[in-house]
Amino acid sequence: MSPPFSWIRPDPHGIHVGPADCWIDPSKAVDKALVTHGHADHARGGHGQTVATPETLAIMKLRYNTADGATPVGYGETIRLPGGVDATYIPAGHVLGSAQILLEHAGEKVIVTGDYKRRADPTCPPFVVTPCDILITEATFGLPVFEHPPIADEMAKLLSALQSNPDRCVLVGAYALGKAQRVIAELRAAGHKDIIYLHGAMEKMCRLYEDFGIDLGPLALVADQVKDDMRGSIVICPPSALNDRWSRRLLDPITAMASGWMMVRQRARQRNVELPLVISDHADWNELTRTIEEVNPQETWITHGREEALLRWCQLTQRRARALSMVGYEDEDD
Amino acid sequence: MEEFAALIDRLVYTGSRNAKLALIADYLRSTPDPDRGWALAALTDGLDFSAVKSGTIRTMMKDRVDPILWTLSRDFVGDTAECASLLWPEPLGHRDAAPGVAEAVSLLFDMKRTTVQAELPRLMDRLDSSGRYALLKMATGAMRIGVSARLGKVAFAQAFNVSVDDVEEYWHGLTPPYAELFAWAEGGEAPDTENMPLFRPFMLAHPLEETVVDMADYAAEWKWDGIRVQLVHAGIGVEAETRVYSRSGDDISATFPEMVEALSIPAVLDGELLVRGTHQGGEANERTQGGAASFNALQQRLGRKTVSKKMLSESPAFVRLYDALMIEGEDLRGLPWTERRARLEAFLPRLPADRFDISNIIAAGDFESLAEIRESTRDDAIEGLMLKRRDSPYVAGRRTGLWYKWKRDPLLIDCVLMYAQRGSGKRSSFFSDYTFGCWDGDPDEGAELLPVGKAYSGFTDAELKQIDRHVRQNTVNRFGPVRETEKILVFEVAFDSVHESKRHKSGLAMRFPRIHRIRWDKPAHEADRINTLKGLIRD
Ligand SMILES: [Zn+2]
Ligand SMILES: [Zn+2]
Repeated sequence: MSPPFSWIRPDPHGIHVGPADCWIDPSKAVDKALVTHGHADHARGGHGQTVATPETLAIMKLRYNTADGATPVGYGETIRLPGGVDATYIPAGHVLGSAQILLEHAGEKVIVTGDYKRRADPTCPPFVVTPCDILITEATFGLPVFEHPPIADEMAKLLSALQSNPDRCVLVGAYALGKAQRVIAELRAAGHKDIIYLHGAMEKMCRLYEDFGIDLGPLALVADQVKDDMRGSIVICPPSALNDRWSRRLLDPITAMASGWMMVRQRARQRNVELPLVISDHADWNELTRTIEEVNPQETWITHGREEALLRWCQLTQRRARALSMVGYEDEDD
Repeated sequence: MEEFAALIDRLVYTGSRNAKLALIADYLRSTPDPDRGWALAALTDGLDFSAVKSGTIRTMMKDRVDPILWTLSRDFVGDTAECASLLWPEPLGHRDAAPGVAEAVSLLFDMKRTTVQAELPRLMDRLDSSGRYALLKMATGAMRIGVSARLGKVAFAQAFNVSVDDVEEYWHGLTPPYAELFAWAEGGEAPDTENMPLFRPFMLAHPLEETVVDMADYAAEWKWDGIRVQLVHAGIGVEAETRVYSRSGDDISATFPEMVEALSIPAVLDGELLVRGTHQGGEANERTQGGAASFNALQQRLGRKTVSKKMLSESPAFVRLYDALMIEGEDLRGLPWTERRARLEAFLPRLPADRFDISNIIAAGDFESLAEIRESTRDDAIEGLMLKRRDSPYVAGRRTGLWYKWKRDPLLIDCVLMYAQRGSGKRSSFFSDYTFGCWDGDPDEGAELLPVGKAYSGFTDAELKQIDRHVRQNTVNRFGPVRETEKILVFEVAFDSVHESKRHKSGLAMRFPRIHRIRWDKPAHEADRINTLKGLIRD
């Protein structure tokens, strides 16, 4: 018999599942990849075969133009891989289609969370706590300073800025996959019915969300408008467009950004953000530690983020843990 | 405190100067005394609470948060006060009412080193995260939110539609919470400043750059490498007082008691404070008994609250006068420079000769000959030239076309990057403070690098990112926030002068080093040697 868990091996380019000869979220092109979600630090094109939720596959097709070798797996569904490995896709609550992957082999259970959060999100089903032996978790916001406020507070900030500046518009920087649609859906839930204007880079992903049944209300492209029409409106663009030439086509915008990093004042200043909105699609410190407590694995492996601090917490609470040195897992999405 | 905290947060997120001014002006108009006065003092760094320092916060936090988690968080956030405000454990149950600014200030003033660890937490418990941030920023006297003392005064003037020059002038005679200043600004009597030894804002110069001036309109004098000071004597009888002010208006009288003694006639004088030295030339002058020492010698005396007898006799201070703002109650500021200069020259014989001389006017018939004189000067006590319009009145701040400074060209040397440290504030996520060295011999024969200086300016944001990446990719050792790097990157470093120094292993210290160019192309072994730098010592 081989030693426990020798069938699963962290590699700088992803997590390798030996008996099935497949990879989870590999950062290089491989023959067979199991992908947790569509963000660029987890998903990429060029794999021979990609196993993911139908939503993630659709997102990958749109973003990375991957068409061949797609194997869809729904939430709660199990797929049998070669070598006696079972993979089950479980909601991770991060973005549309995001999943944790539960791997089972020889009676041993390993969960790769991908990115996740524990807060409610109108664009995807909530994280499901699943018992396992090894929990492979992210730690993007793995520092005790990160305690994301309730999203309702941040929506109230945004709407009140809008109301008190009827002659301006509020330009919200938000990642094109996930954050943008969540912000729109939360605005709708807060009763905001006006047209929301989009940067061109946002359009296709919003349409894709709508195709999967997520109602985003009335949307229009900035490119189709004249400046004056957007007074008193919300405009959503990718963070990179906040300070570039593109934003000059707007009338005296209030620069906002929806990101977990907005918790730190200097981060907001670096991007010249006037209205920081602390909205994150990742687990904050309390969610990370609570998840480890609730899943209560024998061992916790940490893929990316502030792994040192989460390791320290595990040490303080007498939990076995190790940090994996993954490459290419950047905080593209926060 | 809530309104003040909200103001601080808005200022943090506001880039434009005009928007900042409007925010502060708004706050000053809508907030009652004495809160607004204390807030204004906090914004302009006018408050000092002796019991609360950055170390106080660290100690307070290490009682509440695991020390390793604290350090990791602090390094990531880049600001001790902000990190503490975020990590502060919310009190269980009901929170006591938040204090007003005045109450918070009075509680902070009452704290002693022995009681601060009990009392500061009680205050923290009464505030939310923003309030805690504002409190700690105020308590440690390091707001760093892009509001200078000047900006605060301009905002004040804007809030009440009064002249900023008047605000500057009254400001220094008053203390927080500035009730008289607010009363005057809202239409009351002007503060009684007649016989107070007040600081008057300095007249400043623009860099000359490409400008060429006509020497018929401008007078030239040396710009000395000391510290610009204003000496003020005012008051009658036992009330009479002399003060020495630094360029920023700080009272540095205690550091230079010999200068306080030297002026006993009512006057406001502008000049360069220097210390006597033998080994630097310092341009002979009919009144001087020996020249000025290098800036290095002056540095030994700066920042001291008390001065030893030995120091007073070894490095006595004197002032080389540039200008006179007032003499015996007469305000000269409206007069043209030629007239003030004549008054100053006439006044000089009444001052003690060992403490005062006058900055000589340089005889140059035209601009070209002035340029030649500037080129040929080798005196280390000279920083460059000043050009003053002959008809210029003495006005606060920088006015275009009146005064110019024409610094000497900097010296250049090629150094190798050795260590990098994270910056603070906006740069906290970048390695932006660099220590660099020169070879102590032939690098191909096994010579080593010795650190010769540190710089954190002179590069663009884009270059900062490139160097930051270089540091991360070439780290060979970590010491807390400091990274030791592979010795492969050459900086062309510009500096104003270099001196012998026992404090550095290389035996040398540079003045005003800054990164002039990044020589990505230059191999490290071609960087300069210590001896080359030594050769640039001027005396
Ligand atoms: Zn993600
Ligand atoms: Zn990620």
